[in-house]
Amino acid sequence: MSLKKISKNQPKDFKFSKVNLELVNKIIQNYPKGKEKSAVMPLLYLVQKQHENWIPLEAMKYVGKLLSIPYMKVYEVATFYSMYNLSPVGKYHIQVCTTTPCMIRGAYDLVDVCKKKINENQNHLSKNNICSWTEVECLGACVNSPMMQINEDYYEDLNAKDVEKIIDKIMNNETPVPGSYKGRTNSEPINNRKTLIDNKNA
Amino acid sequence: MLKDEDRIFKNLYSDTGADIDSSIKNGDWQDVKGIFSKGREWIIEEVKSSELRGRGGAGFPTGLKWSFAPKEVGSRPHYLIINADESEPGTCKDRDILRFEPQKLIEGCFYASYAVNANKCYIYIRGEYVNEGKVLQKAINEAYNKKLIGKNASDTGWDLDIYIHYGAGAYICGEETALLESLEGNKGLPRLKPPFPALVGLYGCPTIVNNVETIAVIPTILRKGAKWFSSIGKPKNTGTKIFCISGNVNNPCNVEEEMGIPLKDLIEKHAGGVVGGWENLKAVIPGGSSMPLLPKKICETITMDFDSLIENKSGLGTAGIVVINKDQDIIKCMARIARFYKHESCGQCTPCREGSGWMWRMLERMAKGEASKDEVDMLLDVTKQIEGHTICAFGEGSAWPVQGLLRHFKKEIEKRNNFSPVVDTNKNIPYLVDQHLLEKDNA
Repeated sequence: MSLKKISKNQPKDFKFSKVNLELVNKIIQNYPKGKEKSAVMPLLYLVQKQHENWIPLEAMKYVGKLLSIPYMKVYEVATFYSMYNLSPVGKYHIQVCTTTPCMIRGAYDLVDVCKKKINENQNHLSKNNICSWTEVECLGACVNSPMMQINEDYYEDLNAKDVEKIIDKIMNNETPVPGSYKGRTNSEPINNRKTLIDNKNA
Repeated sequence: MLKDEDRIFKNLYSDTGADIDSSIKNGDWQDVKGIFSKGREWIIEEVKSSELRGRGGAGFPTGLKWSFAPKEVGSRPHYLIINADESEPGTCKDRDILRFEPQKLIEGCFYASYAVNANKCYIYIRGEYVNEGKVLQKAINEAYNKKLIGKNASDTGWDLDIYIHYGAGAYICGEETALLESLEGNKGLPRLKPPFPALVGLYGCPTIVNNVETIAVIPTILRKGAKWFSSIGKPKNTGTKIFCISGNVNNPCNVEEEMGIPLKDLIEKHAGGVVGGWENLKAVIPGGSSMPLLPKKICETITMDFDSLIENKSGLGTAGIVVINKDQDIIKCMARIARFYKHESCGQCTPCREGSGWMWRMLERMAKGEASKDEVDMLLDVTKQIEGHTICAFGEGSAWPVQGLLRHFKKEIEKRNNFSPVVDTNKNIPYLVDQHLLEKDNA
């Protein structure tokens, strides 16, 4: 279980935008009648997207009412899963994978850069409030390690210098180019491919 | 080495495009009606005789699992669930199937849903795979547009709807009953078994849960025949498998190879060898972080299949190979894995909740050489008290890697942590509580 800090500064009200309300209806239809509760996870994602990457308590109550389930059930889900942010993380939420496969390829060098450039502590906003960083467990791109995720995108095959450039861009409010920084578009062995050669040349 | 024509995932490296037209050109969705007309029993028998074992980690025979579903649909509908909650450290095979071979997965869903009598299929993707999910959703929409799935799918009279559900960063939701809880909108806490999901699963209905890779190889098996599939690999360990080779190798990669390929071949040929040469190898985790590591001596000769790895007290798991060379501190590496399990324990069973943190703290100290010598045996004792005393297999998953470390590198730990637990000199280690007795003021 991960530690969750709930923000002290909570907005007084939360409501879905019109576009999102339409999406809500669509999402609920994915589940059988009477099982609307299943939609709580996608709805919390929607809140997070609409509300600057984090979920306020008011929104949990709101989602509970939408789905006719107790507030506490929504709270339970929001606090159990690590991807729901319960306090502000900034416009760019940087997650550095430091589990063993990334660690042995130098993930802590990336962490050092984040410490230097963003904030000494994880889960704290940078000085200009634009981003924050956090150490996370395996993100499932071990072959492209070390890697990190910024909002929805993966940044792979990194080293400390790449990360410095990436963070500089973010500080200027620009979105850096996602993907591999060694030029891969997939998980093939660089310069050592021995399989499916015909497809490659086709 | 496996011949290219025997490879199932021809677009594993995204050479030909993941859109539906390229996929059909590569052989997906061919002769759907012909296979469908052979009937449910034939499909299950064919999968059974191909000896396909689940690719999600446990290696349970897929055909057998399908046959557990009730033969007739009663008052409750059946569900098919695809487990794409790939979170095992060292594993990234499903990600490439989702983004490069989505049609294989969708076609597999079609046959599997028919075999287990399910008209609804949910694909549970881990929340971090947002972009992969978008690719899959696009592929599903394309399949709907071509009427390959949906009402009267592929003109066979069978109805199939596929939905994507995102997880939210909980490793435990890869456990099938925790996944079901999560899909129902609850915390991901595993359920007691029995009843098994095949009888009481999602919303209390019969449910079959399969891994992405398992389902994605089904269409090719049905088209090329069970005999072809079982001729690859070893008896009871048949077919091809995507191996993910990460860690201290020169060219980390995913590669599809036959089951039973020597580990050394995989590392030397496909991954470009260990950084610093084969002699620099320290240990290999053969099947994702839950599987006990293997020292260099065993790595020389071991073959990668379920049974020979079990013989060596490890397992194939998800075939995520993590190579660790001598530049790394093996105790630190395993301490980091223990931290992963501490972080991901759902907290439902006490042995796992408390034990995983206990193992992590001990290993962190052992890496620094701050543990006393009798703690090494205590660590083993802790692992034994977790293993087998939890609702789900997470207990084993967290205890086995530590047991593996103790089995093969106990001497190294003992060498680093050899002081006596009885405090006779002040060591300035805060957690040795009776240290204060040595200070004159307290005496």
